[in-house]
Amino acid sequence: MIMKSELPSWNEMEEGFITRTLTEEINETGSWRTFKPVIDHSRCTKCRLCIIYCPEPCIDLEVTSSDEKVTIDYNFCKGCGICAEECPVTCINMVEE
Amino acid sequence: MSGNLAAAYAIKQLDVDLVAAYPITPQTTIIEKISEYVANGELDANFMLVESEHSAISSCLSAASTGARVFTSTSSQGLLLMHEILFITSALRLPVVMTVANRSVSAPINIWCDHGDIMPQRDVGWIQLFAESAQEAYDKLIQAYRISEDPRVRLPVMVSADGIILSHTYEPIRLLKDSEVTSFSPWNLYPTRLDPDKPLTIGAFGYPEYYLETRYQSSKALEDTIKIISEVDKKYGEISGRKYGVVFPFKCEDADVILISMGSISETIRATVKKLRKKGEKIGMISLKLFRPFPFIEIVELIKDVKAIGVVDRALSPGAIAGPVYNEITTALYLSKINIPSMNFFAGLGGRDVTMEDVKDMFVKLKEVAKTGTVKDNKFYVGLR
Repeated sequence: MIMKSELPSWNEMEEGFITRTLTEEINETGSWRTFKPVIDHSRCTKCRLCIIYCPEPCIDLEVTSSDEKVTIDYNFCKGCGICAEECPVTCINMVEE
Repeated sequence: MSGNLAAAYAIKQLDVDLVAAYPITPQTTIIEKISEYVANGELDANFMLVESEHSAISSCLSAASTGARVFTSTSSQGLLLMHEILFITSALRLPVVMTVANRSVSAPINIWCDHGDIMPQRDVGWIQLFAESAQEAYDKLIQAYRISEDPRVRLPVMVSADGIILSHTYEPIRLLKDSEVTSFSPWNLYPTRLDPDKPLTIGAFGYPEYYLETRYQSSKALEDTIKIISEVDKKYGEISGRKYGVVFPFKCEDADVILISMGSISETIRATVKKLRKKGEKIGMISLKLFRPFPFIEIVELIKDVKAIGVVDRALSPGAIAGPVYNEITTALYLSKINIPSMNFFAGLGGRDVTMEDVKDMFVKLKEVAKTGTVKDNKFYVGLR
């Protein structure tokens, strides 16, 4: 909990409510999830559409020397299901947690 | 030049970086002319074609956050469509400048002048300047950028110029030299906000612990701009010879009754005052040049000793106790503990012509009020059948 005395007064805050704390890196939004997207890697064509559509954006393409693989950062994924909706080969399933 | 062409010319001289707008009468010719300037290389700017006014103002807001100098203009329904983004622009403290060619709002559809579009924007936190001639629409726009980008201000500015009456009527206009505009309103006053090397968040979620402070900050900033607006106007007077002030009084020194108005209607009232003064009538008028922040101290100072005042509103505020401008002025008087009988005139709605005869009638009514000291019905709808 934030103590009242720690909060800045109006003239201590940066004009225009600019925040430099990058709260999106601190607030792990993964706990909001009800449904979890799970990728069936055997059918994934690595088309990257889910990466583009992810609003968070928490889907990434992990590239190693021998392979590349689409991964989801579950610390931030809110389970919105957009990736599953957009996947052209329907290889992402929304699984209830 | 017409008011719209004068505005477009000012934008060319101000070397704006991005113009995003959607056509709507009577503002369209501003944007048409600017697109011509961009197309033929006279203005090096990004001319953005957008699908609505909502997108136009959103694009301006975003571009302004990167440090670009932006412009948009609109009227009537277009301004109403921008409404929600207007609050965001002022709270984020971004220097967006816009010309509003004031037009009535539907229904019925009407493309003529009144202030029905601008009055719903009273509380959006923008600085609102009012022009009463095409010359002033040009002058105010150059001042607007200087005010808006001032590091002490950092607030968006609307320049209101009455649609059709100013936007489409041609009058001789004294233009400044390009170099004079550049030195008066230099480009680099406003620091760039968005920078890939220094990441930050603009428009973040504000918890209840922060919301009040943020809104108070921009609201306080708006109140404090009145000094800066006067300062800029004074400096502009030095280079152009034209000074308007936040309120522009005429023959108020010994006047018994004063009529207060805003926008192009003021010219008719001034001409009427001039004529009636010759007949020995002790009347005066004040033209309001600034509506937000409201120059209440200046107004009260001018009217505190008169016998009666009249306020002309060019917009209705259905269900309210009176019109928007009248409400501001009478509240200011009440708080100054001054009790002057007053009348609220609603005139010129939807482009209804307001003649010198109409103004004369208003003064007759006011003089009657001044004589008896009582007001029977303080609302009067000029020309209502």
